[in-house]
Amino acid sequence: MGVNRSDFLRTALGATAGLSVAATATPWRSEAEESIGNYPAGTTGPEIFVGLMCPLTGSYSADGEDLRKGYMLAIEDLNNGTGVMAKIPSLAGKKGLLGKKVTYKVADTETKPDTAVQRATEFITQNKAIMFAGGVSSAEDIAMQKLAQQQKVLYMVGASGSNDTTGKDCQRYGFRSQLDAYMVAACLSPVLVKAYGKNRKAIYLTPDYSYGHSLTNSMREFTEKLGWTTVADVVAPFPTSDYSSYLTNISNSNADVFINIEFGNDGIASTKQAVQFGITKKMKLVIPNISTYLPDGLGPDIMEGVYGTQDWYYTMADRYPLSKLFLESFQKKFPGVVPRWTAHIAYDQTAIWADAVARGKSFNPVTVIKTLEEGKAIELCLGKVFYRSGDHQQVRPCPVLVGKKQSAMKNKDDFFDVVEIVPGDKVMQPLGETNCKMPAYT
Amino acid sequence: MHLIEAQALNGLALGAILALVALGLTIVFGLLGFVNFAHGALFMVGAYAGWVAYSNTNNFFFALLASLIITFVVGLVIERVLIRLYYQRPKQDQILVTYGLAIVLVEIVRAIFTGQTRLLSTPSWASGVVQIAGIYYPQYRVAVIAISAITLAVIYLVLFRTRIGLIVRAGIDDDVIVNILGINVNRTFLLVFALGAAIAGVSGIVDAPLLAVNPDMGTDILVQCFVVIVIGGVGSFFGAILGGLIAGEIVSLTTAFAPDYASVMLYIAMAIVLIWRPQGLLGVEGRA
Repeated sequence: MGVNRSDFLRTALGATAGLSVAATATPWRSEAEESIGNYPAGTTGPEIFVGLMCPLTGSYSADGEDLRKGYMLAIEDLNNGTGVMAKIPSLAGKKGLLGKKVTYKVADTETKPDTAVQRATEFITQNKAIMFAGGVSSAEDIAMQKLAQQQKVLYMVGASGSNDTTGKDCQRYGFRSQLDAYMVAACLSPVLVKAYGKNRKAIYLTPDYSYGHSLTNSMREFTEKLGWTTVADVVAPFPTSDYSSYLTNISNSNADVFINIEFGNDGIASTKQAVQFGITKKMKLVIPNISTYLPDGLGPDIMEGVYGTQDWYYTMADRYPLSKLFLESFQKKFPGVVPRWTAHIAYDQTAIWADAVARGKSFNPVTVIKTLEEGKAIELCLGKVFYRSGDHQQVRPCPVLVGKKQSAMKNKDDFFDVVEIVPGDKVMQPLGETNCKMPAYT
Repeated sequence: MHLIEAQALNGLALGAILALVALGLTIVFGLLGFVNFAHGALFMVGAYAGWVAYSNTNNFFFALLASLIITFVVGLVIERVLIRLYYQRPKQDQILVTYGLAIVLVEIVRAIFTGQTRLLSTPSWASGVVQIAGIYYPQYRVAVIAISAITLAVIYLVLFRTRIGLIVRAGIDDDVIVNILGINVNRTFLLVFALGAAIAGVSGIVDAPLLAVNPDMGTDILVQCFVVIVIGGVGSFFGAILGGLIAGEIVSLTTAFAPDYASVMLYIAMAIVLIWRPQGLLGVEGRA
């Protein structure tokens, strides 16, 4: 429901106005002096504004809420000079960004591309947003990324798993940190073949939009290369609530692995119904891209032994020091809540943007883009990560997970074992295959 | 392969639940004369009430009862403090107030339970598969058909075999005359609104093990219910059932061959009914 949702204006805490940094950024590249997008109009006062796009209603609302929390923490840390932000060399010991306090509003995208674009446009025109970020479905994100390119305002992509986001729909003004479909398939498929053997017959349930087709195609490509065959790709509209008609086809097939590409509430509903159809008794269930709260909605009985990937999982705090710091500061701000991977994306993407602004010493989007395109690695929650300049896909590790037995769970959020963390450079799609034709800076 | 038979069975299960939800909407419309846009939200409230009861007792029938009682009470309160003030107001005010109510209910539930999807598993006595005419079919979907049928039968008995039902039906036909006859129509309105809410609530918990239980779950079902009522006939008991079954079969059978056209076919069917029989298949001309 909900056509006109209210925004939540939350002015972040504690930026000190008296910082001795000059009020206007010092340009160090010629283009910094030109006016482009909302630069310099959005940066003349003591505050800058960023627009945060979170699906708080609709099929991906749980992921959107987690995303929102991640942004809130990131901006609070940025303004206070605390948490992970304080560990980034360019930001350490500073409050705010280039001496300015970061303010924001959150808009509900309703998990719909048209709403997302409409709300983002309001932020750009009315609030003079210097950057906007978020979105959970690739459909939303690709639409907002086009808007970013058109309006020349930087957009840090939220959750997006489609290859197209940094492929045929890539944009100069958009940067994506999440694993793309190619990376997911490349790191997950060998694990699946090792676990289930070579001659398996897979059947897919695919949501009918960019993300769904992209992930199904990539999974097919990699599993087929390793000896699996594909029985069928069953495509359902997005969103769907009753999957019986699609599951009837799947349950009557001779497949022995059921690869469910559905995400968010659709992922929960389709998997629940698949269990009722007895599909998981006959076939192994694989969920390549596991949405944030899917295990909570399905329960450990169903999740046990299910292989998949997530952008980030909280037990990775054992391996990465900044993940540990992120987990701790998140739980301090939101007691009792364990951050999921969309919160991680929100935090890291905000940090990467802030670092690029600080290193380039300018809010000018062209300067920020060129700084990011230099490909200098930044140490964050997943270790060292950087952007590939040719398609703006982040080169970052790929965590493969498997569902735990209920008796092995240490707490209510402890759903997965981390099977393997595949280094990012091993699973990147060759730039020539991405179909990315990067548009101009201006 | 018994694809067609299997899809027909899917259509029956979907149709049963649609018939039930639509019935709640149609009797409220029949008596009160306006569409309750909060019906989908009450469906969601029923699912949450059932989820709370189910996760505490692990008894599905207790959850069913909890949904029924809580949504009935919610319906009573809403009618007393809000809906009552709108009977004499223009149509657009009535639509707006129920639409606003839907948003308020959804956001209250979101504030209490967060937007995270809740786990409501299939009751253990219906978690297997049964073989029907050579098709392996989920037991729970058979249970959905049975529970819907029983609930519809109970509502039928209340409406057509009791004095209260007689008053309600008389009120649907002409509330002014009923009032002149010395019967308290206001109390009838209250009862019918709460009954409609309770039917939505029960449908919510029955459908919950199939769906993702979250605050937005009532949105889609409301739209489908409108179609069901238009096809079956506004205010008609059997119209809601017939409309529900037709809609369920159209969606399931179309999905089997051309998933993209499932909702298109549903609206085409609605358009055909509107052209050929504007009052709906079992509707009475001149009402509404």
